[in-house]
Amino acid sequence: MKLPAVLVLSISTAALLLVGLWVGYNVNVLPIAASSNAPTYDALFKVLFSIGTVLFLGILILLVYSLVAFRRRPGDVSDGLAIEGNLPLEIVWTAIPAVVVLFVGLYSYDIYERMGGMAPMHDHSTMLAMASESSGTSSNAAIPAKVWAGIGVGVDASNGSAAALPVDVTAMQFAFIFHYPNADITSGELHVPVGQPVELHMEARDVIHAFWVPQFRLKQDVIPGQPTVLSFTATRAGTYPIVCAELCGPYHGGMRSNVVVHEPEAYQSWLAQNTPAPTTT
Amino acid sequence: MTLANPSELAQSHPGNLQPQGWLRYFSFSLDHKVIGIQYLVCGFIFYLIGGALAGVIRTELASPMADFVSRETYNEVLTLHGTVMIFLWIVPVVNGGFGNYLIPFYVGARDMAFPRLNAVAFWLIPPAGILLISSYFLAGAAAQSGWTAYPPLSLTTPAAGQVVWILSVLLLGGSSIFGGINFIATILKLRRPGLGLMQMPMYCWAMLGTSILVVLSTPVLAGTLIMLSFDIIAHTGFFNPALGGNVVVYQHLFWFYSHPAVYIMVLPAFGLVSEILPVHARKPLFGYVTMVYSIMAIVVLGLIVWAHHMFTSGTPPWMRLFFTIATSFIAVPTGIKFFNWLATLWGGKIALNSAMLFACAFIVNFVFGGITGVALAQVPFDIHVHDTYFVVGHFHYIVYGGTVFVVFASLYHWYPKFTGRMLNEDLGRLHFLLTFIGFNLCFAPQHWLGLNGMPRRVAEYDPSFTTLNQVSSVGALLMAISTIPLLINVVLTAFKGEVAGDNPWNALTPEWLTSSPPPVENWLGEAPLVTEPYGYGHTPGKEPSSPSVKQVA
Repeated sequence: MKLPAVLVLSISTAALLLVGLWVGYNVNVLPIAASSNAPTYDALFKVLFSIGTVLFLGILILLVYSLVAFRRRPGDVSDGLAIEGNLPLEIVWTAIPAVVVLFVGLYSYDIYERMGGMAPMHDHSTMLAMASESSGTSSNAAIPAKVWAGIGVGVDASNGSAAALPVDVTAMQFAFIFHYPNADITSGELHVPVGQPVELHMEARDVIHAFWVPQFRLKQDVIPGQPTVLSFTATRAGTYPIVCAELCGPYHGGMRSNVVVHEPEAYQSWLAQNTPAPTTT
Repeated sequence: MTLANPSELAQSHPGNLQPQGWLRYFSFSLDHKVIGIQYLVCGFIFYLIGGALAGVIRTELASPMADFVSRETYNEVLTLHGTVMIFLWIVPVVNGGFGNYLIPFYVGARDMAFPRLNAVAFWLIPPAGILLISSYFLAGAAAQSGWTAYPPLSLTTPAAGQVVWILSVLLLGGSSIFGGINFIATILKLRRPGLGLMQMPMYCWAMLGTSILVVLSTPVLAGTLIMLSFDIIAHTGFFNPALGGNVVVYQHLFWFYSHPAVYIMVLPAFGLVSEILPVHARKPLFGYVTMVYSIMAIVVLGLIVWAHHMFTSGTPPWMRLFFTIATSFIAVPTGIKFFNWLATLWGGKIALNSAMLFACAFIVNFVFGGITGVALAQVPFDIHVHDTYFVVGHFHYIVYGGTVFVVFASLYHWYPKFTGRMLNEDLGRLHFLLTFIGFNLCFAPQHWLGLNGMPRRVAEYDPSFTTLNQVSSVGALLMAISTIPLLINVVLTAFKGEVAGDNPWNALTPEWLTSSPPPVENWLGEAPLVTEPYGYGHTPGKEPSSPSVKQVA
């Protein structure tokens, strides 16, 4: 029994879509999600993974099928069919990628906005340290240093009410140094509480470095001469690696630190333990 | 178009290699075919050198500690690997190599428009390459700042090596510009009378598009690197933040060349594949006109996507958004090309020989690299994986899985024309199998490594990544081994291979309408007019419109 071509085509397309969705949503290739924007990132990743799987498998199957079904039989010296083109088909396979790309672009724009990429800095949530600076998007003539916006700069609505914890980050060959202006703590590791927005004000002393926490799905270059800002909200207590992601010299691979995410009480006790006593000299 | 030396023409014997013939390949020959072979052989030598450097990288990364070479040496090795593979292997081979050999045939010319400029363009490459490699031994240290040479790192690493690197890249860029001008002039001005633009083989369009990119963007790289060298030598402050310079401006200028450079590496490969598939599938190239327009769309879009390399460089939101959208849309013309290639195969009479194996594997690899590319174009996606092994995996799928596979496919396809002898099919299949398995073992795991926290350009890494790095290193070893059957094949069959005849594939493009190897000035008589380079499958009753097609049939 021979099935009609349309039926075969629709069944195989449906099967392919199901396989792609299954792979995209069930094959986990990402590390633990530990920041408020990580689940948003992972949602985008699953969509892209599904679409990618469908397209890749679809083209692979078409190719392998063609190579088998249209192989040259021994002794056959004739040519294939003289088909030089087909306008409706061309329109279809121009439209399909265009629609897919448009969808992906709009969806990732939405994700980007939800991560706070497009929002200007919230004035009410910035701390005193930020009063003399501004993000690149809300320009202010009186501001001496231009701050270049990182992703997650605008704190999203859910935690916009909480005051952001400012931390100054200095990157140098081959270490990160974290300074807490409110508590006057200087540390080689970043300590942050769960649930509170953190705003990193970063500048490099020598060459370009990059601050990357894979579990936060965030990365921002740390540049000499151009301060950058990165905000995030940690959502899961634990210790995660901070990795330098920009080639910065011989020990680039060893330029690592940790971000320790505490429960709020544990963070307070860390603060208390590490705040230098003002009276001692 | 005549050559300056008529005696050279008089000495030529079609169908035979002259006894002293090999000396031509070491001379300042003006013959485009000799120059093409010079590019190919020179490029292949640098491929072996770049491959050995990759071997050092993968050996170092077989263990999580930096224990194989010193950290400084490791950075020199990764810098040289990238520079050699891009500027001395891929760009010269797919442009200068196959371009010089094929373009004059395809437009029905007896040589390139500017034969002397052509020879100069080639002869810039060996000294530039030797200069680059020797900086490791002579200048005390080779460049250590990656092939991107971002300041301030490139201003603080040992200066001699960095300056030699700049000089070498400037020479290679100059060679590339000379070649680009020559291709544009040849394709537009030396076409045989009667040959319309829309009748040219697709590789001409690919080379026209590529050459436009070369001529528009390479001078920007040259200017940028000259400014960088001033910063190093004369302590100017273009890119030095300590002197008020701006490091991000360098990145914009660098990527204004170096993103189009990706298309300078892949568009010629698209063109070559478009020549190979119809011949071995015995079908016309599907959708010629849309293929031409998609090449030109890629050229235009390719010039306005550079900042997607800088999504974490403190780039303003509007710029991130613009470059995300522009980059994503490159997938549309690229997608059209892949669907058209699949449609070319559909309903054909496919001979799955070594050339076709490599060409079809190119489709698989490039689609994979293209999909990860569209994902990388999305700012939020890129923020996580930028500068990680995900990106390393992605671009090797494009430049190795894409272009280098096409270089091999092209070698199996045109070697009979170059030498008059066929490459051995069994060795060819062995070469393919080792390359395909080795390549995927080497680069597929790197995507996972990047997603899970391994940055690129590191000599040491978290021990939890050891297993997949070792898989990747085994893949690299297989790729190294795969060059052995290739070398044996190329060397042995040059002397003992089966004699190919003029047209072993029964192909219709003009390079097959002369002897193998072809005589100086390509044809003994008048250049044939081929207006249907893909006129396969015309039924006996239906007359092919072009006289040369008739001649082959």
